[in-house]
Amino acid sequence: MSGKKTLYDKIWDEHLVSEEPDGTSLIYVDRHLVHEVTSPQAFEGLRLAGRKVRAPEKTIAVPDHNVPTTLDRTDGISNEESRIQVEALDKNAKEFEIIYYPVNDIRQGIVHIIGPELGWTLPGMTIVCGDSHTATHGAFGSLAHGIGTSEVEHVLATQTLIQKKSKNMKVEVFGKLGNGVTAKDVTLTIIGETGTAGGTGHVIEYMGSVIEDLSVEGRMTVCNMAIEGGARAGLIAPDQKTFDYLKGKPHVPKGSNWEMALQSWKELFSDEGAFFDKSIDINGGKIAPVVTWGTSPEDVLPINSIVPHPGDFDQQKSLAVKRSLDYMGLNPGQKLEDVEIDTVFIGSCTNGRIEDLREVARIMEGRKVKDGLRAMVVPGSGLVREQAEEEGIAQRLKEAGFEWRLAGCSMCLAMNPDQLSPKERCAATSNRNFEGRQGRGGRTHLMSPAMAAAAAVTGYLTDVRNLM
Amino acid sequence: MEKFSKIKSVAAPLPLINIDTDMIIPKQFLKTIKRSGLGKNLFDEMRYDEYGKELENFVLNKKAYRNANILVAGDNFGCGSSREHAPWALADFGIKVIISTSFADIFFNNCFKNGILPIKLEKDKRDTLMLDAEKGSNAILTVDLFDQEITRPDGSIIQFEVDSFRKHCLLNGLDDIELTMKKIKKINDFEQTYFTRMPWL
Ligand code: SF4
Repeated sequence: MSGKKTLYDKIWDEHLVSEEPDGTSLIYVDRHLVHEVTSPQAFEGLRLAGRKVRAPEKTIAVPDHNVPTTLDRTDGISNEESRIQVEALDKNAKEFEIIYYPVNDIRQGIVHIIGPELGWTLPGMTIVCGDSHTATHGAFGSLAHGIGTSEVEHVLATQTLIQKKSKNMKVEVFGKLGNGVTAKDVTLTIIGETGTAGGTGHVIEYMGSVIEDLSVEGRMTVCNMAIEGGARAGLIAPDQKTFDYLKGKPHVPKGSNWEMALQSWKELFSDEGAFFDKSIDINGGKIAPVVTWGTSPEDVLPINSIVPHPGDFDQQKSLAVKRSLDYMGLNPGQKLEDVEIDTVFIGSCTNGRIEDLREVARIMEGRKVKDGLRAMVVPGSGLVREQAEEEGIAQRLKEAGFEWRLAGCSMCLAMNPDQLSPKERCAATSNRNFEGRQGRGGRTHLMSPAMAAAAAVTGYLTDVRNLM
Repeated sequence: MEKFSKIKSVAAPLPLINIDTDMIIPKQFLKTIKRSGLGKNLFDEMRYDEYGKELENFVLNKKAYRNANILVAGDNFGCGSSREHAPWALADFGIKVIISTSFADIFFNNCFKNGILPIKLEKDKRDTLMLDAEKGSNAILTVDLFDQEITRPDGSIIQFEVDSFRKHCLLNGLDDIELTMKKIKKINDFEQTYFTRMPWL
């Protein structure tokens, strides 16, 4: 081995507590994020074994998946099972003395939004959560990935994780994005290119001029969907933009600690000539605004395309395409721009941040949500919501015809009452278009916030560039 | 975790391929706060009709197999979402051994964390056991983890492979946490140098 390391190698080595001859390793965990769905059994396990949380000050919990997003939620959650799950988190957080943002705290929100927002997420860290979209935090140059419930319990008890090292994969997006093309189009295009298993067994590092040009929030959108490409985690080397973004956030180090941290963060990049097991290059200049047409995130096409024919694919995929076109109610050869939608959902850990809402407000300027369309904006956190209200975005979106909700996962996975009905077709800024994801029989088209706003205006899947 | 002992039980045949974790335990049961109690919803959509009545034809509803501790399954068992609720549901029902030709990665790992032994066999051996399993209440198999042997109803034996570390953990009922707890000094030492170097953490 040359002494040249990738960013992933560097973070891994820094956190290696011990390693067995077969490569099974114990990795130290800097931050453990917790939500109500995948944690109750882990806390129960601790209780039964009489164990404590080893590092409560590194453990941050928030309810997000099950919480209602309507204003009346202060009156309590009416679905009994959801209520019990949230109450269990209330109780566990208190009993185990971990950091907690309950439903009615202004800082409550989607776990992957509030981590960076409050400064819990820092470069060079290892971050885990019982949730596959933990990859989001990789945008800061931290190694972040999802874990199962037994692993949640393991981290709570020991602050470490048993792991084998993944392979390194590089995704370079070069050139410059065109007008109307956003981080979401970049990440969806990458998945379209590599397929949903393209990153399996790897940690992806995103690099290149397009990634450098993205805002920190845009980079979070890119890393968020690394998991949809099969990768365990996505990483982006931190730079001056990252440091500026972090500075002053509540839990970011201050004073001399900040200076020291900064010195160490500046070492977080892949060495020139470091080895990657797999590499792909994508020309950013060729990326168009895209939408998904099927029931897998890899089923993605530029907006001005037509619905593909099952016969265009190899045999195994062909069957899946046939099934998904049936499910989606689409015909091969149909223009994507002729597809009429019923609902617009703006939110989720992919696109529920302030910049996303600003983008939607910008497209909606002087326009209205088409009559008869259901359109909702669910800010990713209470603080995002507050910021949008201060900036007047909330007011503009409400006037344009959007429902303005409280923070949570909401219709991203429909565990709360925000669900699609069978055959209801939704333009969504979330990250999964699986069958039934947004409600039984619901039809999801994934896209950027700008594209979702354009769809809200016309009532059809629409090329946002026509409205710019 | 309970020690894994020799399992002697009727084996239920489930010849479907690609049984995914959604089929093992559908999404509506993820709202539970317990690991236990999921057994009644194991294979929910195959096992019950829309009114919650048992479907007679489903293998685990047949008298001979209601108490099976062993499943003999089609290829690629446990694919799909990573939910640990799938092995929890199987374990809660009483399944301790699953025999197939292949398993999805995460599911395979999750089984060991929950006291279930997944056994990978070549196709012809699995098919032989599938035929045995189809013999109803006479389909008694004995799975001996220590000797890595399955004894068929006719007394003949099929050997299987298992990772030695995982075998050790199952036999001794060790879970990952207990093992890591033994390394607590290493973690303490690590923390000490780590936080000296990075005091802001
Ligand atoms: S917003 Fe969606 S993807 Fe993100 S954590 Fe919530 S449910 Fe998961």
